[in-house]
Amino acid sequence: MPDLNLVQAINLALRRAMADDPTVLVLGEDVGINGGVFRATDGLWKLYGDSRVLDTPLAEAGITGVSIGLAAQGFRPVLEIQFSGFAYACIDQILNHASRLRKRTMGRLTCPMVLRSPTGGGIHAIEHHSESPEAMFAHIPGLKVVIPSSPQGAYGLLLAAIRDPDPIIFLEPTRLYRSAKDEVADDGASIPLGRCIVLRTGRDVTLVSWGGMVKDTLEAANRLATDHRIDAEVIDVATLKPLDSATVIDSVKRTGRLVVVHEAPLTCGFGAEIAARVAHQALTSLLAPIERVTGCDTMMPYPRLEHLYMPQAERIAEAVRRTVAYS
Amino acid sequence: MAIASNKAAAQSGSARRETEVPPDLTKDQEIAAFRDMLLIRRFEEKAGQLYGMGLIGGFCHLYIGQEAVVVGMQMSLKAGDQVITGYRDHGHMLACGMESRGVMAELTGRRGGYSKGKGGSMHMFSVEKSFYGGHGIVGAQVPLGTGLAFANKYRGNDNVSLTYFGDGAANQGQVYESFNMAKLWNLPVIYIIENNQYGMGTAVARASATTTLATRGSAHGIPGESVDGMDVRAVKAVGEKAVKWCRDGNGPIILEMMTYRYRGHSMSDPAKYRTKEEVDKYRTERDPIEQVRARLLAKKLSSDEALKKIDTEVRAIVNDAAEFATNDAEPDASELYTDVYA
Ligand SMILES: Cc1ncc(C[n+]2csc(CCOP(=O)(O)OP(=O)(O)O)c2C)c(N)n1
Ligand SMILES: [Mg+2]
Repeated sequence: MPDLNLVQAINLALRRAMADDPTVLVLGEDVGINGGVFRATDGLWKLYGDSRVLDTPLAEAGITGVSIGLAAQGFRPVLEIQFSGFAYACIDQILNHASRLRKRTMGRLTCPMVLRSPTGGGIHAIEHHSESPEAMFAHIPGLKVVIPSSPQGAYGLLLAAIRDPDPIIFLEPTRLYRSAKDEVADDGASIPLGRCIVLRTGRDVTLVSWGGMVKDTLEAANRLATDHRIDAEVIDVATLKPLDSATVIDSVKRTGRLVVVHEAPLTCGFGAEIAARVAHQALTSLLAPIERVTGCDTMMPYPRLEHLYMPQAERIAEAVRRTVAYS
Repeated sequence: MAIASNKAAAQSGSARRETEVPPDLTKDQEIAAFRDMLLIRRFEEKAGQLYGMGLIGGFCHLYIGQEAVVVGMQMSLKAGDQVITGYRDHGHMLACGMESRGVMAELTGRRGGYSKGKGGSMHMFSVEKSFYGGHGIVGAQVPLGTGLAFANKYRGNDNVSLTYFGDGAANQGQVYESFNMAKLWNLPVIYIIENNQYGMGTAVARASATTTLATRGSAHGIPGESVDGMDVRAVKAVGEKAVKWCRDGNGPIILEMMTYRYRGHSMSDPAKYRTKEEVDKYRTERDPIEQVRARLLAKKLSSDEALKKIDTEVRAIVNDAAEFATNDAEPDASELYTDVYA
């Protein structure tokens, strides 16, 4: 099995999906001849040409609507938005049409589209190019929201997303695009949506994260194990919506402590949803207040302050030590 | 200067044709244009170097090749006229009279930058110099610039809003919503489409159903003109006409500047979408700065030494800016939460 980075894994999944299913179309700005800003669609245009790989005009709202129309006609459009900061312009179409088409037509029309977009900070970019809008999308009924945290995960989850009958926002952690490497089997196997992935089992505390923060969360867990003999369980949410709360709740019932980690701002971040569910369903198991380690309630700053914005392994470890010290 | 798309513009009827040789500039104007364009060129070359050294984070879109557009337009303005543009904005800021030090220090994310090191290459403003940004969302500045023009009209001053955007941005829906409002309310706005022939890696013809962007206002009754944006004389001449059109209360107008960017879209651009020959042709045959130099020398209005001296002065400004931008302090951690609310 070849070692691939996350972009290459995405590319492989797109190739597989297009080969398997002629209704899969790839569209977006610069996805054709140029192969995408991050090269995620590299080579697809050569294979399938303009009819299945479309360089679109710069028109986020419009190309989202066009994708919805295609999906309503039985195609499976995979739309690339170059950075998730540009996907805000898509929200109107996504919210008012993609997510509601099935309900409105009582199932006569559906919207099996995927909107893929790089997400998150840590690449020394700036606002627009470092946004983490997952909670905004997760708030929309009728949408599914998926965020892989590894190349193998990206491959399997993207295949599942493309084959899924409903609209999906697929957010790809930009800073893992080239830094994460995995052995990826191109076996066409999808990873089921709506299930958390337990990456590390542990007795003392449950750490929950997704996307780019999973790496730092694992790093914190490893440090806690060696430096403090704290045994942390690490859960990668992978699909934010529909959320597999059962896996998180089972874990918290065993550990009694929960730390949620995300890089989106604290207020109304998806961590709040997880905390609320745990408080509701595992209150009596909790030995300490739930901790959230998140980005800041401010705009993503320019590089020199970025490290202060991003939750780092050290901040995560500190929060864990607080919960452990509590009781 | 004949431009391929002028023919289509004339045929479509809405864009007026601009074929005459533009009027000469005075000696002082030529020299000022030479200096201002050279400052942008040298500044951008230095920014490219600093980026290569890892001193500039994120994205950095250079303006090299397009200098005549902003310098020619600036020659036709008066104080109070506003400028707003996208993210390829360093040239616009320098042309507006913003300091090289402050712009460069913003690129490197230092306290002395125009946004205190918190905005970076794409997000700088100077209300004093009537520069309204610096915007990273492609096309989003177009309605903003239209709003600036609305304020001018409401206040009854004779200021004009120069709203710049690219050929790629010209396909965003909000551009056409803006056109409609600008004509409906007769607003003093000049829409300057910098047609450098590519939006990132996509050639105009691959993204645009009609490639003469000067005619994009025809459905709204907005006149337009395609201009040789490599010739600062042509830009200034058409800029003056457009400014007068707006000040006289005729409402919006579109100027399509036919231009070319020499460097990649941003600093990481494999440039698979165009040939080296194409780039070289512009550099050697159409370069905006070399055109002025050639005229100044041919007409004996200046000498090699005098122009070299200007280059030396300009380089000194840019080197000083780079040194400042390298050594200035980084923003304080507390800046993370400043300027979020009143
Ligand atoms: C809404 C939005 N979509 C996409 C991008 C990414 N992007 C930045 S510049 C650019 C190309 C713009 O081309 P053009 O308008 O021709 O301007 P130029 O870069 O040629 O000056 C793209 C696609 C963005 N910044 N904002
Ligand atoms: Mg362009």
